Amino acid sequence: MTTIPSIARLRRPGSLRRRQTITAYTFLAVPLVFFLIVRFLPTFTALRLSLFDWNILKEVQPYVGFANYDKLLHDGVFGRALVNTALYTIIGVPAQIVLGLATALLLGKIRKLQGLFRALYFAPYVTPIVASAWVWQWLFSPQFGPVNTLLVWLHLPPQPFLTSPSQALATTAALVVWQNLGFQVVLFLAGLAAIPRTYYEAAEIDGASGSQAFWKITLPLLNPTIVFSVVTGTISYLQLFTQVVNLNFTDQGGPLSSTMTVALYIYQLAFGRFQTGYASAITVVLFVIILAITLLQLRFLTRRVDYG
Amino acid sequence: MTTQPRLTTETQLVPPARQRGSLTVLAYVVLAVGALVTLFPFAWMVLTSLKSFQELFSLGFWPQEPTIANYSQVLTQTKFLTWFGNSLLVAGVSTLSVLFFDSLVGYTLAKFEFPGKNIIFVLMLSTLMIPTEMLVIPWFVGVSDLKLLNTTPGAYFSILFPGLMSAFGVFLMRQFFESLPTDLIEAARIDGMSEFGIFWKVALPLVRPALSSLAIFSFLGNWNAFLWPLIVIQKPELRTLPVGTALFNGEAGTQWGLIMAASSLAVIPVLVVFAFFQKQIIEGVVLTGMKG
Repeated sequence: MTTIPSIARLRRPGSLRRRQTITAYTFLAVPLVFFLIVRFLPTFTALRLSLFDWNILKEVQPYVGFANYDKLLHDGVFGRALVNTALYTIIGVPAQIVLGLATALLLGKIRKLQGLFRALYFAPYVTPIVASAWVWQWLFSPQFGPVNTLLVWLHLPPQPFLTSPSQALATTAALVVWQNLGFQVVLFLAGLAAIPRTYYEAAEIDGASGSQAFWKITLPLLNPTIVFSVVTGTISYLQLFTQVVNLNFTDQGGPLSSTMTVALYIYQLAFGRFQTGYASAITVVLFVIILAITLLQLRFLTRRVDYG
Repeated sequence: MTTQPRLTTETQLVPPARQRGSLTVLAYVVLAVGALVTLFPFAWMVLTSLKSFQELFSLGFWPQEPTIANYSQVLTQTKFLTWFGNSLLVAGVSTLSVLFFDSLVGYTLAKFEFPGKNIIFVLMLSTLMIPTEMLVIPWFVGVSDLKLLNTTPGAYFSILFPGLMSAFGVFLMRQFFESLPTDLIEAARIDGMSEFGIFWKVALPLVRPALSSLAIFSFLGNWNAFLWPLIVIQKPELRTLPVGTALFNGEAGTQWGLIMAASSLAVIPVLVVFAFFQKQIIEGVVLTGMKG
């Protein structure tokens, strides 16, 4: 308090800093209010609602403590939704990364038509999700779908796909992968282009094989792209909703809850059965899961690669 | 043929010495098959939409007697064009708002020194992990309490308010403004330009590529938004395209010709826009991936 202010007065950075602070907070005022009201307060409201037997249709909303959380421990549909959501993520994220990287590597091998192929693969990503889901339903229709027509033509048995509890989830995951593939391809093409060619030239001089170059150069140097893809992919798969609803519109999450996701179950509880308090408890659990998985992925997947 | 990392459309990843003729042919074949599989759903959608109800279940690929009856039925029975307009309005307003506010916040966080700067950035970024499902319940309680759904402007506001700003955009714009030389801003300051003028006339034009990629992402995201609009839209004439299409298709039952016509109407304009701007759109996405 004795020396610092005198130096500060000498160089007069105090007034500049104060002006900067005032300008900054003027610019940030509206966005801060937005984030507070539209993102943060609702998060706390959801936490609060989860402690009540809250029902939009009723007059009284009694406080029930952790009863909603206790209830979901014994809720079979919630358990099913949780397992399904995990399965979607475990199938979808690796599938779209492997296919995306493989396609990007193939695109890197060709000279002509690269731009055309890239655009064709990207088209599903810009296609409205709802419309794609209905087309998917029709493609995989057990009686009239062209996929089964193809299977029969190949002398293979036709499959029930979305009407079967054991195949519906995989068929749904396939739709999401089809939609996301182009985005992954574009991401990996950019990641690959950023790897200096000199590394490959050096590896070739040292007599490294193509697969050695892939595992020792390509994959480690793609780490930032892979981490980005894993983290954003996981967050979106954990919130899977639109595709599931539109693939089985009359029996959403069916058959027999086999495609039910946590997000869809929350929607049904809150807006179909008006069990707002209970649904809020599940949203809190989903939030904790997303938070934990994202932090773990960032902690364990990020590698510092320095080949300088 | 440069060793610099580039964001180009045509990427030559393998040195010519490495290329083997037969391998290249194989790459073309695999890519072509993949492209056919990728595009088949679009072809099947359009071809089915041109079939009559009688022909629908005949399993043939080409429609024997192509008809546009399904299209005229969708357009007369539904408010399809209104839904299209609603989606344009919602996605358009959200995108403009995101472009303005996210770049203003990104610029402030990148180019100003002030107490609380880092905590504000971390807090905004952390909202990316809040699932939409967690927010929609309080949002719905909020718009109901405020009786926003009783008036048309209030209802439109209710549909689009969640997308007016995005943490992802803030992150993206901050990254781009950080790489902007501070000298330019200092020079403008010495010239006596207002702080907002510096942002608007000096800084913003220099990050135009970032703005266009943010615009693409924001527009796509809001154009596809489904969960919240499904919950909040009460009147048929306020439906957005995804909500309208889903509810119409749900009612159509087994009339797949109608469902495919409605889907084609939702898909084809988007694909036409994409065909024209595919280079810019894809490069915008690349830019985002590299900075993210």
